[in-house]
Amino acid sequence: MFYLAKKQFAAQGDAILQGKQLDWSSRFALLAKTSKYPALKAFYQQGVVPPSTLISEVPMVALDFETTGLDPNQDSIVSIGLVPMSISRIRCNAARHWIIKPETRLHSSSVVVHGITHSAVADAPDFSSLIDKLLGCLQGKIVVAHHSPIEQRFLNAALKRHIHEGIEFPVIDTMALEARFTRSIRKIFWRSLLARQSESIRLTDSRTRYHLPYYRQHNALTDALACAELLQAQCATNLTADTPIGAIWS
Amino acid sequence: MQADQSEVLDFFRRHPPFSTLPDKVLGEVANNIEVAYYRAKSDILPLGQDNHQWYVIRSGAVEVFRRDGQLYNRLKAGEFFGEQSLMLNRPVRFPVTALEDTLVYLIGEETFNYLFDNFEHFADFVEVEDQTRLRQSMLKREDDNNLLTAKVATLITAIPVTVYSTTTVHQAAIRMTEENVSSLLIIRSEQDQTDQEAPVIGIITDLDIRERMVAQGLSSDIPVADVMTSELIYVQSNQFVFEAMMLMLKHNVQHLPVLKKQVPIGLISHLDILRYESQNSLFVVRSIFSAQSVDELAALTQEVQGCFTRMVHQDANSQMIGSAMAVVGRSFKQRLCELGEARLGPPPVPYCFLALGSMARGEQLIVTDQDNAIILDDSFEPKLHDDYFRTLAAFVSDGLALCGYSYCTGNIMASNIQWRQPLAVWQQYFSQWIEQPSAESLLHSSIFFDLEGVWGQTKWAEQLNRFIRQKAQKNPRFLACMARNALLRTPPLGFFKDFVMETDGRHTNSINMKRRGTAPIADLVRLHALAVGSSARNTFDRLEDIIEAGILPPGRGLDLRDALEFIAMVRIRDQAVDVELKREPDNNIEPENLSDFERKNLKEAFQILSSAQRFMKFRYQLGRVN
Repeated sequence: MFYLAKKQFAAQGDAILQGKQLDWSSRFALLAKTSKYPALKAFYQQGVVPPSTLISEVPMVALDFETTGLDPNQDSIVSIGLVPMSISRIRCNAARHWIIKPETRLHSSSVVVHGITHSAVADAPDFSSLIDKLLGCLQGKIVVAHHSPIEQRFLNAALKRHIHEGIEFPVIDTMALEARFTRSIRKIFWRSLLARQSESIRLTDSRTRYHLPYYRQHNALTDALACAELLQAQCATNLTADTPIGAIWS
Repeated sequence: MQADQSEVLDFFRRHPPFSTLPDKVLGEVANNIEVAYYRAKSDILPLGQDNHQWYVIRSGAVEVFRRDGQLYNRLKAGEFFGEQSLMLNRPVRFPVTALEDTLVYLIGEETFNYLFDNFEHFADFVEVEDQTRLRQSMLKREDDNNLLTAKVATLITAIPVTVYSTTTVHQAAIRMTEENVSSLLIIRSEQDQTDQEAPVIGIITDLDIRERMVAQGLSSDIPVADVMTSELIYVQSNQFVFEAMMLMLKHNVQHLPVLKKQVPIGLISHLDILRYESQNSLFVVRSIFSAQSVDELAALTQEVQGCFTRMVHQDANSQMIGSAMAVVGRSFKQRLCELGEARLGPPPVPYCFLALGSMARGEQLIVTDQDNAIILDDSFEPKLHDDYFRTLAAFVSDGLALCGYSYCTGNIMASNIQWRQPLAVWQQYFSQWIEQPSAESLLHSSIFFDLEGVWGQTKWAEQLNRFIRQKAQKNPRFLACMARNALLRTPPLGFFKDFVMETDGRHTNSINMKRRGTAPIADLVRLHALAVGSSARNTFDRLEDIIEAGILPPGRGLDLRDALEFIAMVRIRDQAVDVELKREPDNNIEPENLSDFERKNLKEAFQILSSAQRFMKFRYQLGRVN
């Protein structure tokens, strides 16, 4: 990734659009045809905004999962937090938070992380009962996540297990964005000269860089909110409102 | 599962006024916010934008500006803004910009209104923290607790009349008639009493009997307990008068039992409080009218000063103090005219003794010049009659000087023949001043355009006032001249918004609060009042007319009122301190002696004056003058 000044960002976006960037609109159209599960079909049918859409006009949803471990095939989702948002507003009144009865064993090591205990999940619903609601919440929106592979892979794996279909969708990864903004070639060059460590792009550290308040981590809802705020701060600081969404999604 | 924004909730729990809300409500609030991030230097609330959300700063800091771009306030995490446009349902008047990178929690209009309407502490807090900081500082001076010393016990004039709860309404009414009271306290009946104390369980008033018995068609044989008000609002004898007042206002009651250790020792009504407010000055006025000589009048000077300081201690506002002092001053003039006439015999032609300037406006303090004049009947013939009026004017003027009202340095006194003229001449004066304003007449105008008849044919003063009002309003050039004149006295603020001290050599580190503060405000308010044809003379009353006429930008009138009140109160309190320390009171204050709080608010008040002067300049188009 080359360092690009803010003004050049739009141009870079265009370059990506013309190049190897996935054509999400066609992909969604195709998946809408092949998908059998109604809620998933509806999700694809709702489509996706064209990559040239300005970031200021894109409806998004910040998403965070707490899981029993790191392997999507071995571990499962224990809680989901999601907060609808745009670049200018985060709508807590439409936020959702679900605790889910994990399909796999709840490791005591993961309990330490997210604090969701065996008793908390005893009466929780199964993932299958939430699929339609969850897909409904994501429908028509671009997913925002900090280190998005977790959310993408776990959701894909969980759906495969329950409805025998996976899921694909574009995401804005605030961690990847942060890497882009802080770890430019030039910065890395200077930093290596100064023999300093590259800056941490973990959620909390990234937030600190934008003077966002400290939030306790590992509650899916709080993390989703924290991620949403981070994206607003990243966009306000590094991008202009007319940056196309295609420049920051993947 | 319901989303639960625990970080947001924790934040609210830590910050007033949210911390005063029940947790359940707070949870609802937290779950219904919106969040927005603003980069340093970006606009959050632009001027004139419609606003339907309340902004609470979660992290960062913002700056609030006035319409003219002046910094008004800085707010940090935990503080909030936007409530004014919500409460007044108006577009944003104080634009807000992010000073640092700022994260705000937004509370929707409906939620805000719900909280504001249902939680008293919350509403109080929001209002106090609102842009009306200045206004609130008038009501709540934490640094001056001694100003609130008048206790309820001092109001009690009679022992309350009590009856047992088993007494019939008929008997109670008889008792009220016998005792000539409008209310009775109801105490527990004998057999129910547990000890020698007689706890009050209710109150009954004339109104209760009318509304709850007669109007309902009930028999007067029912026990008073059936018609009494049992949710008793009472006040302890050691509470402050203002607390009693607040209680009455809050609960909309006109009588308050006064208890001392559970025992009722008195009953005060709103009339007692009103009487108390005016008692001091009324007492002085009575003494003035019973004085038999100038010496006796002069001996009352101390009473006047005492009355002044008492009112300050009782936390009266500047309008109350100003009007009380004006009544006192007017009474001195009236009594001196009476005494003068008694000595000189009846006047050869009718006349009207005028008060000018601050006394006429009802804004007099204890440090004041005597500005006065006489209107004579048009049949006045100098050769025949002037001896009488010259002597009378000298008598009144000398008398006033002895009573503490120093001679007017500009010689605007009835003892000056120029200001002792028939009505027709006065009308010529004013015509000329208005139609052909000159530097000299304009200097006088700030004094002469506030005139009030205090003795004799006072209707002539009204006639002149009407004449001035009608003529001035039609003369834009005159108004422009007045405006230019009013700009000669500027607030004492330097380029860097710091105080500029007087340079007259006498008070090197001081600010003349009259010359630099109250007088320029009175000048510009008078000008607007003339322009809108207001017949009010008091600056606060004029401001009301001006606000109603809508010639000022929204909110400016209220700002100006608060600025005047604050400057006047600083001046008044400084004078009260002088009186108490037996120093000669003056109009100068040394900013160094003020608290930070006062200094800050004073600067703000002067800035309001400064911008009001700029607006005046714009409105009356000074370019037209030449």
